[in-house]
Amino acid sequence: MTHVLETAGLCKEFGGFRAVSDVSLKVREGDIHALIGPNGAGKTTVFNLLTKFLQPTSGTIVLEGRDITGEKPAALARQGMVRSFQISATFPDLTVLENVRVALQRRSAPTYAFWLPGRVLDRLNARAMELLELVDMQDFAQTRAADLSYGRKRSVEIATTLAMEPRVMLLDEPTQGMGHEDVERVTRLIKRVSAGRTILMVEHNMKVVSGICDRISVLQRGSILAEGSYAEVSADPRVLEAYMGSDDADGDIGAGGEP
Amino acid sequence: MNSRTLLTLAGIAALALAPAFVYPMLMVKLLCFAIFASAFNLMLGYTGLLSFGHAMFFGTAGYILGLGMKHLGWSPEIGLIAGMAGAGLLGFIAGAIAIRREGIYFAMITLAISQLIYFLAMQTDWTGRDDGLHGIPRGRLFGLIDLENDLALYGLVAVCFVLALAAIHRIVTSPFGQVLTAIRENEPRALSLGYDVARYKVLAFTLSAALSGLAGGLKALALSYESLNDLHWSLSGEVVMMCILGGLGTLSGPVAGAFFVILLQNFLADKVGEWLSVIIGLVFLFCILAMRKGFVGELSQRLAGLRGKARAAS
Ligand SMILES: Nc1ncnc2c1ncn2[C@@H]1O[C@H](COP(=O)(O)OP(=O)(O)OP(=O)(O)O)[C@@H](O)[C@H]1O
Ligand SMILES: [Mg+2]
Repeated sequence: MTHVLETAGLCKEFGGFRAVSDVSLKVREGDIHALIGPNGAGKTTVFNLLTKFLQPTSGTIVLEGRDITGEKPAALARQGMVRSFQISATFPDLTVLENVRVALQRRSAPTYAFWLPGRVLDRLNARAMELLELVDMQDFAQTRAADLSYGRKRSVEIATTLAMEPRVMLLDEPTQGMGHEDVERVTRLIKRVSAGRTILMVEHNMKVVSGICDRISVLQRGSILAEGSYAEVSADPRVLEAYMGSDDADGDIGAGGEP
Repeated sequence: MNSRTLLTLAGIAALALAPAFVYPMLMVKLLCFAIFASAFNLMLGYTGLLSFGHAMFFGTAGYILGLGMKHLGWSPEIGLIAGMAGAGLLGFIAGAIAIRREGIYFAMITLAISQLIYFLAMQTDWTGRDDGLHGIPRGRLFGLIDLENDLALYGLVAVCFVLALAAIHRIVTSPFGQVLTAIRENEPRALSLGYDVARYKVLAFTLSAALSGLAGGLKALALSYESLNDLHWSLSGEVVMMCILGGLGTLSGPVAGAFFVILLQNFLADKVGEWLSVIIGLVFLFCILAMRKGFVGELSQRLAGLRGKARAAS
């Protein structure tokens, strides 16, 4: 099986503190790959490195065979790897429809044309509505994103990410802070949109991980502790130990039942 | 007809009637600063970038127009266009340099560049240094309309004002404006959607600079005089104040703010002398504390509240 995304010896220091240390991650094409680990393990930092929001101190990142270690974040997004954020990232003052449209606009409408009327973007509406239907948000098209519940903001964010037609999607804790129903809805959604693409997600909720993830990497204090299927990882005594003594509510590995 | 068109028509009618009640030259000054503040709002209000050097565009365009019309025999329309182009180019360069930094650093770099321009203007003979550039002819617009007539000049400024506001409205509602809003609302997200954020900001900066240049050119033309004051950092500060007083991110806010500050200056200048800046400072402080959204923002909120009540009552 080929690897879509591969890192080798990835390190990141913040003024002497090693947040990410020698991470070699291999994400297989078409997988839903989970990155788990206790709070502060460096998961978000790894995401920031992968998407070039941070420069690695050392190490390389290869996307679909190309070395992208020196890329700019915007250029990377255009090459098909798009991320979401741990803290829900919508454009609060835009409507739900406009949120999705901003992503579509970058691909297939003018973006520098300051002399054209805004209605030239209306031809994107049909596609935007399709994406909203995909995440079951069509009824909220005209709502300001800021007025949505947390779970719905997440759905908008996923629709916006999908509008980029990414081949690789990075989701940072897509179900964090959600109630049961929302967690289930978003989990199903992720499973549904994973067809034809690769997803790397940070997730604390073991039910979600065991339910939909093909492969799991466990990060602890900046290093990869274990990697494998859910069954392999959850049986690993080092992983159990890492999660013991951490006060992480959802981090109780094994609590999710059989994969 | 919706209320927006109605307001626009009322505004244009007021502009047409104004010279019957107010000195045309005072109106000219008010409108020049209103254009300047509106152009500035494109940065601070719509893009969320605080430039602290916008006087450099205002003054540079004034000098370009003044020098060209005085020494090279340019017509006023060429002078205005050249002033806008020069200011726009300077905006592009300053923007491209400053955009590498964010927040307060961005503001400081724009300030530094504007101080550099001020210093250069003070050191060259063409600008007349501290004496200023005197005797700029107003000339004939399109070779036809004699601008020595104050009313004709007012007409030109009023038309430019309407066009500038229309241009700003178009820019902020255009596809480009949509991207600007997205960047202002959530820059990392815009970046993660593949937008080269810096480029959009530089374009916004350039457009804002060019429109500021229109204001500066018109003012130099109207006064037949250009001085270092128009490049001074205190003017850069004043335009920030006008914008915030009136209300950021609205079309009419900066216009109201500019009118207010200029009228207050005009009214008080010979009465309180040195105390003027203290008074304006206090007013500014009061407005910031009492009206978070500026006059216009506050007013439209009240109106919306009243309308809501009326609807509830009926
Ligand atoms: N910009 C930064 N400067 C300094 N330290 C940082 C920075 N970003 C992250 N860190 C530190 O790096 C470590 C890893 O943080 P990171 O956010 O990657 O953890 P995480 O695994 O995503 O945690 P969580 O589960 O809480 O989201 C933490 O100790 C954090 O304090
Ligand atoms: Mg995190």
